[in-house]
Amino acid sequence: MTNGALRDRTPSVVVTDLRRAYGTKVVLEQLNLRIERGEFVVLLGESGCGKTTLLRALAGLDAIDGGRIEAPKRPAVVFQEHRLLPWDSLWRNVSLGMQGSDLRERAAAALTEVGLGDRLDDWPRNLSGGQAQRVALARALVQEPQLLLLDEPFAALDALTRIRMHTLVKELVARHQPGVLLVTHDVDEAIVLADRILVMRDGVIAFEHREIGQAPAAETRARLLAELGVVLDRRAA
Amino acid sequence: MSTFEQILASASSVPPREQFAPRRQPFTLGRRGLLAISWLAPIALIVAWETSAQFGWVSPQVLPAPSKVVRTAYRLATSGTLLTDLGVSLLRAATGFAIGGSIAFTLGVLVGFSRLAEALIDRSIQMIRAIPFLALLPLVIVWFGVGEGEKIFLVSLGVTFPIYINTTLGIRQVDPKLLELGRVQGLSRIQLIRRIILPGALPSILTGVRYSLATAWLALVVAETIGAQSGIGFLAMDAREFLRTDVVVLTIVIYALIGVVADAIARLLERRLLAWHPNYASTAR
Ligand SMILES: Nc1ncnc2c1ncn2[C@@H]1O[C@H](COP(=O)(O)OP(=O)(O)OP(=O)(O)O)[C@@H](O)[C@H]1O
Ligand SMILES: [Mg+2]
Repeated sequence: MTNGALRDRTPSVVVTDLRRAYGTKVVLEQLNLRIERGEFVVLLGESGCGKTTLLRALAGLDAIDGGRIEAPKRPAVVFQEHRLLPWDSLWRNVSLGMQGSDLRERAAAALTEVGLGDRLDDWPRNLSGGQAQRVALARALVQEPQLLLLDEPFAALDALTRIRMHTLVKELVARHQPGVLLVTHDVDEAIVLADRILVMRDGVIAFEHREIGQAPAAETRARLLAELGVVLDRRAA
Repeated sequence: MSTFEQILASASSVPPREQFAPRRQPFTLGRRGLLAISWLAPIALIVAWETSAQFGWVSPQVLPAPSKVVRTAYRLATSGTLLTDLGVSLLRAATGFAIGGSIAFTLGVLVGFSRLAEALIDRSIQMIRAIPFLALLPLVIVWFGVGEGEKIFLVSLGVTFPIYINTTLGIRQVDPKLLELGRVQGLSRIQLIRRIILPGALPSILTGVRYSLATAWLALVVAETIGAQSGIGFLAMDAREFLRTDVVVLTIVIYALIGVVADAIARLLERRLLAWHPNYASTAR
């Protein structure tokens, strides 16, 4: 579970006393968070609790109203929708924003990593949902980001494709060693992927689960669900 | 995992298609059949026209036979000034289109990008647009006299609004999620415009181009019927004086043909530039 980068303790991102409000509605208040390089952190929380708000603040997409964020200048983001440019071929999509020469070769390498190395010149509209999301992953990782932010990237995929994506993402993260923050509603996904699981509530990180795999998964699952305000009948009875 | 594979295996062993009753195709004409039918009425019309002219039911002064028009076309093209006049008309249209188009595109881009530019420019343009541009004709003649300037100005004016409106619209309608992606990927302002905004606005801009071709043509026809010394419109006016209805009909047909060709070129442009777009995709790449 602990790998080299984790032991090195180089943080990917450090958030101190973050505050974010929309008008008078305070969404994040005194939120603290630290993610190491190579660490896979999964963020759970009820709908509307502010997960996307946090992720967007980390991505530098929204201004913040207080506190500090120490993050790399350009974190990579994968959104729930693939957001591929429909007018660009796959390799042009992957190389969007890349500097330097041999863009096509680098894009090709990244697409090969996600199993689409033979579709460089294809249009995005010819892809399935899972394939499109794989291209989005390739686009995020091709620039070797220090921080990878994923906002429910697999939510729109079918169950089988999602399982394959989990394996793929784990492999890619292990190879590229970015710090990862993944937002999801799927507790099982969190257990499969995370080094550390966070539950967000009332604008802060309310619960943290580190010892993934030490307790039986069913127990971890029930505990996380309870933190999320879902009480299983089995437990109540 | 092995149960998964079993499920997958059983799913792929569905019974062969022959076991189901074959579904009968409903009777259809097919594309070719429909295409043929769509030409029936126009051809019948031309045949009727030719026949009534041949039998003298319609005076050639009112409507000459199609065959007569064709012969006139050949005669004028070989020994007359038809080709020169055509060239003059096309040049006017092209010049006006280029001038009006580039002004409209520039303004459209400015207004599409900047709220300040919109506040400064847009209302004025919308107010001018409210005037049917042909109503400006007398004023334009006072300004430019009846010469090339007046004709090119009128065409430019007609071209401006469709392109302006569709350019602004296209830029405004670019998916904000893609713009956000551009920021995430670290695109500079220029790159954002080149890689995301212009390609995203292109379908709309090309629609504007197609509309403007139609108005450019209309503007030209009107401009050329007034005091022209050359051009297709001049040919028509000149022929009218001498009651040469065959030449008049010929010029009308030429105007129509050029309109059709221009539209075809615009469509071709759309298919080439918008190959990525599901609505314009011809075949797979
Ligand atoms: N642009 C905005 N203006 C005003 N309020 C907003 C805006 N964006 C989000 N909010 C509010 O902020 C709160 C947090 O929203 P956020 O999108 O971060 O939730 P979330 O945890 O990502 O939810 P979900 O799991 O449903 O995606 C919500 O109550 C939402 O209504
Ligand atoms: Mg969200």
